[in-house]
Parts: sequence; C-alpha cells; structure tokens
Amino acid sequence: MRRYVIIGSGAAGLAAAETIRRKDASGTIILLTGDRHGYYSRPGLAYYLTGEVPEKQLFPYDRNHIRNLNLLWEQSAVVRVHPAEHQLYLEGAKRVDYDRLLIATGATAILPDTPGISLEGVVKLDNMEDARHILRLARRGATAVVVGGGITALELVEGLAARGMKVHYFLRGDRYWSNVLDEEESRLVENRLTHEGVVLHHHTNLIEILGRGGRVSAVQAQEGDRDLRLNCSLVAVAIGIRPRKNLAAQAGLENARGILCNEALQTSHPDIYTAGDVAEVIDPVSGKPVLDSLWGPAVQMGKVAGGNMAGANLIYRKEIPFNVTRIAGLITTIIGQVGSEPAKTPSENDLTGAIMRGDSEIWRQYPDAVVTQTVGGHNRLRLYVRQATLAGALVMGDQQLSGPIQRIVREKLDIRSIHNMLIAPNAPLSDIITQFWRERQPAHAAFGFV
Amino acid sequence: MLELFRDTTIKHAVLAAGQVTPDSSRCVQCGICSYNCPIGIDVRAHALRGAPVQENRCLTCGECILRCPRGVLRFESALPERL
Repeated sequence: MRRYVIIGSGAAGLAAAETIRRKDASGTIILLTGDRHGYYSRPGLAYYLTGEVPEKQLFPYDRNHIRNLNLLWEQSAVVRVHPAEHQLYLEGAKRVDYDRLLIATGATAILPDTPGISLEGVVKLDNMEDARHILRLARRGATAVVVGGGITALELVEGLAARGMKVHYFLRGDRYWSNVLDEEESRLVENRLTHEGVVLHHHTNLIEILGRGGRVSAVQAQEGDRDLRLNCSLVAVAIGIRPRKNLAAQAGLENARGILCNEALQTSHPDIYTAGDVAEVIDPVSGKPVLDSLWGPAVQMGKVAGGNMAGANLIYRKEIPFNVTRIAGLITTIIGQVGSEPAKTPSENDLTGAIMRGDSEIWRQYPDAVVTQTVGGHNRLRLYVRQATLAGALVMGDQQLSGPIQRIVREKLDIRSIHNMLIAPNAPLSDIITQFWRERQPAHAAFGFV
Repeated sequence: MLELFRDTTIKHAVLAAGQVTPDSSRCVQCGICSYNCPIGIDVRAHALRGAPVQENRCLTCGECILRCPRGVLRFESALPERL
C-alpha cells in the first residue's frame, strides 16, 4: 500500500489529495499543513475583509467531503525532508515515511526591511490568520497606510476602506499596476478609489514605520521630493510574494526562484512532486521557467501531480494565463499577453525576483502585436492583435465578451478574416468580436444575453 | 458597505427561461454566490462542477450573478438561441 504525503492545504494540495484518492482507494494519504484553518478560499479573503462574506462561508467543503477523502490530516510544520531515505521530520522530531511526496507550500508575502516593520499593526494578507488580524486592528475612522502595487494591495485598500478606515495608498510609481494596466485604466481605477475617499500618494516610498509602545503610530515617507509624515494605526504591506521553497532547497532539490520541475511536475528527485505557487514550471512558448500565483493553475497542477503520484502519466501544459479580479469595483479579466509596457528591470514588482499574488509573469511579456481599444464609460476592451491570432486581452467592466475572447486567445483561433477591421481606427471592437463569435457558434447560444 | 464595491457591471437581464450557468475557470470558491442565494441553493458547488443551476427552486433572481466578484455566473437561455 502506497504512502502519499502532501505538504500544504491550499488549492494545489487539496486538488492533489482528491485526485490521488480517486485513483487509489486504499493508499494512505497524509496531509501536513501549518495552517490551522485547513482548506479555504484564499482569494476569498479579500471579500471577507470587505464584509461581503462571513468567515465560515470561505470553507467550500463540509466535514463529510473531507472525511470521505480519508486523509490523515495533521497540523504540523515540516522541518526537514530526506529524499534518499523517503522520510521527513516534523516539529518534535516526529518522523513520517513516504513513497510519494508533494511539496505544495505556496508563497508568502515579502516584507521590506523598513525600520519598524515588526511593530504590532503592520499587516500582510497571506492567510486566514492575517485576515483575522487585520479585522481585529481595523478601526472605523482611524488611518491606515497601504503599500504595494498589485491586486493584493488594492484588496487591502478596499477592505480597509469598507471597514471605515481612512486609507492612504502609497504607490512607488506614477500610477497603479503600470505593467499590466495602461495609463487610462490606471487612472480609471485611481479615480474610483479617490471617489471613495482613498488618498493616493504617487512616487512615494516608505522610509520608516514609527511606533509607540510597540504599536504603529505613524509612518515617515518620501513623496516625490518632499517628506511625508502621517499618523496611522495600521500599515498593510503587499509588495510581492516569494515561493516557500526552503524545505526543497534544504533537501537538495533543484530550485531557482521556486522549485524547478518537469512537465510531469516531478522535481529533481523522482518521487517528489511540486504544484501551486511554489512550483516554477516551463512556459512552453518561451521555454523559460516562470512563476504564477493563480487559483486555476494551482488546482490544475495539483490534479496533474496527484495523478502522477498515483501512477498516471499526466503532463502539465501551462495554459495561457487567465485571471479575473475586481479592481475598484470593476470586474477585470486578463488573458494572455497584455504587458502595457516592455518589461523593465529592475521594476517595482520585480525587486526581489518574485511576483505579486494573483499574477502571472506572462502578462509582463510585451507582445509583438497591435494594441487596440474600445472605451465606453467604465467598460474597456483592450486587444493585442497579431496577424492571425489574438495574443491577449483585457476586459474591464462588462464581461459579456470575456468568455468568447478567452477561447479566441486560448485556442489560437484564426482571426485573419477580422484582422484589418480590428486594427482600423475607432474600430467597434465589441461588435466585430461579437459577430465573429456568432458566426462560429451557430448551433447554440453564444452569449448569455440574447 | 461602500457603494463602489458592489457596483459590478453585470446586467440585470433576467430571463424567464434562463438558467444560471457558471464558468468554473473563473471561480475561486469564495462562496459569495451561495451566501447570497435567498433560498439557499449551493451555487458554489455548481460552479465547482461547471454545471448550470438546474434546480426548480431557483428563482432566477440574479442575486448570485450580481454579487459574484469574478463574473463566474451568467444567465444562459435554456432554450435554443433565436437569431
């Protein structure tokens, strides 16, 4: 009887456990996690912060589902892995033997080495404990400072504002999320934040967090060329994430920024697999190892790794990255390559070679394509048009077209018949795409709203 | 709750003959849909399976569609499309 050990109770870990159990009804599956809350929707933490959903709702599975998987669930930190011996050690020198091991330890927020970073009142948003911590500290009418440039930073801004805090948002550059959004999209987001009372500070660097009695009392920053001192009780940091690869590195597994693996998600030791945010997989287009921090790929990787651990022969093909997020109230879908400006190194979000949560490095690649855009109110459609295919798209606001565009990009559909129409000045992009899609899908309802 | 964060742009087009259909690739299992269903349908479980909400009890009120922060859900005509 095979012994499977999974380290990590996130999306990848659970998907692996479910897949293993489907293929191997009698094997022992041990799931080790340092998170006492187990499996929950981590992206959902943003909506817990805004108050849209209560904490218990974030747990998708009831006890029965977990019980039916017949897992040995243990809350414990893994201290060391010994690949040659097929053993690992937990805290308290407890030994666990395995035949197949999955390392799905995820990623963790990077904290800058700013003076005062360890004061009570400095928060991040990685997990349920962090969300609870933030909610304990959030005081209506008090001031919070948020630092960082991606989705998580904005989720913190929105969550704290929704809890009645006066939020000051520090951006290092001249606009929000400049390597994915274009200038107008950034401004649109910023205007909506300002309208809700958020105070934006551009070109602003946090210099020091000041405390009184061990608690945050103010920040000292540089805003452009002037000094800024702000009294506040909370500082939220989301400047990027770093894969939690230490265990793998100590075990001698090949690693770079994350844990390196082949298409079967096997690490440099054949009985050890990896999946999720910690895995660094080869992008089939560029041939280079890339990181992403997205729920969908984590689940997909968990299924492939789990299947292979149980004897299948599955390949993980990194799909064209795709994420949906809500920025300043606007649902936004990002598909494929949408770099708004050529990658600069070192860029703000690249300061440690890590990435942002909910992010993919593919979005930073500047596609060799014509960029075209339709704007209507707060709805926006931006397409990257190549000669025969769409390289990527950003759909902000109305999402009716995002399903079809998702498929046009992912399936590399031949768009030569509409290429010239798309790149014409003031082209009605929505109408052209709608018509193109309708003609391809005569047999059934192509859109939700008919 | 601030108005901004509920101001999603999903249309309120309620079709009598429609059903709520998920795009599971967009779903992150946050559970807002199930939480907001007035009659307690576990919409999230449908989204996980990628299956339309084909429950007679569904009022097609659109609350789950409106609340979903990731545009997972939409109404799809259960009838063949008229073109």
